[in-house]
Amino acid sequence: MIEIDEELCKGCGICVDFCPLKVFETSEKINSKGYYVPVPVKEKDCVGCRLCELLCPEFSIIILNE
Amino acid sequence: MADQKDKADKRRHRLFKYLRKEVLPTAFCPGCGCGIVLNCYAHAVDELQMDPNDLISVTGIGCSSWIPSPYFMGDTLHTTHGRPIPFATGAKVTRPDKTLVVIAGDGDLIGIGGNHLIHAARRNIDIKVFMVNNLIYGMTGGQLAPTTPAGVPTSTSPYGNVEHPFEIAELVAAAGASYVARWTTFHVFPLMESMQKALTRKGFAFIEIRSQCPISYGRRIGKRTGTEALQEYKETAVRAQEAAEMTPEELAGKIVVGRLAERDKSEFTANLRQLNDEIRKKDAGRRPEDWSIS
Repeated sequence: MIEIDEELCKGCGICVDFCPLKVFETSEKINSKGYYVPVPVKEKDCVGCRLCELLCPEFSIIILNE
Repeated sequence: MADQKDKADKRRHRLFKYLRKEVLPTAFCPGCGCGIVLNCYAHAVDELQMDPNDLISVTGIGCSSWIPSPYFMGDTLHTTHGRPIPFATGAKVTRPDKTLVVIAGDGDLIGIGGNHLIHAARRNIDIKVFMVNNLIYGMTGGQLAPTTPAGVPTSTSPYGNVEHPFEIAELVAAAGASYVARWTTFHVFPLMESMQKALTRKGFAFIEIRSQCPISYGRRIGKRTGTEALQEYKETAVRAQEAAEMTPEELAGKIVVGRLAERDKSEFTANLRQLNDEIRKKDAGRRPEDWSIS
């Protein structure tokens, strides 16, 4: 399960470009700081490798594997 | 204020126990590599199940000096520009039971405090130095740094840099550090393992982390986002084992990543304590007026 803390996100797009299974997509949704937050559109494809969690500079992605 | 605290408590990233979550989101620009380094550092401490209270993070001045202070929970020393290694040396000599970690940038550690870095490596003092190398003085507006590659335009070299950059990891390896590695912010898993190795190893450990600065550096070379820089690291990184068989012409424009040096060498604080104990034993019962040089 993927949770995104939208208020921490700065919309850098690293998760969108570097997820090996292309789970994320940039949305039209804007957070309170004015950044476009990503959404896990293909959440069922996620294998829980936690690469996005480690690459996210803002600690805004949380992978719950259990 | 109470509302803000409630909001901070609700966030449940598993690494939040290592972070001062009330100061999040970070002050880093979107796509900055400093957040990735903080993430890898917190992951490495988590995987080692270290008590963050046993760590003293020392840092200087610059964007990457914000990584441990204020974001990392635990003791931090935010010191003067270029001097985190002398502060860490003092802390290590007085508190050998603590793990000393210096996280600072290239401008801090090699631009201003270059001499401290090579002498700490020569002494082999038990400090872990994680140097975030973004190739520029990012915080002050993108001025030319001693690490900026030749030909790159910066705010103080608009027609391109005419100087040659430092190869810092190689310099520190030659100065005598016991563990030297170089990674980029793209190589998150190897970087994390390298940090774990550095944290558990005795002696001076140095990791150069090539990091992106999309705002002050990337903007002037046409790489405006963090992902473009990470893509470049992915394409230009060469493992140290492969690089050993390549010619300097083939290596031009490449980043050699991996472990560059690992050697066993006696450690400074242990030697100092041993000498201290020996002399105390020898001089037991002697008064200051009996002291002589011989």
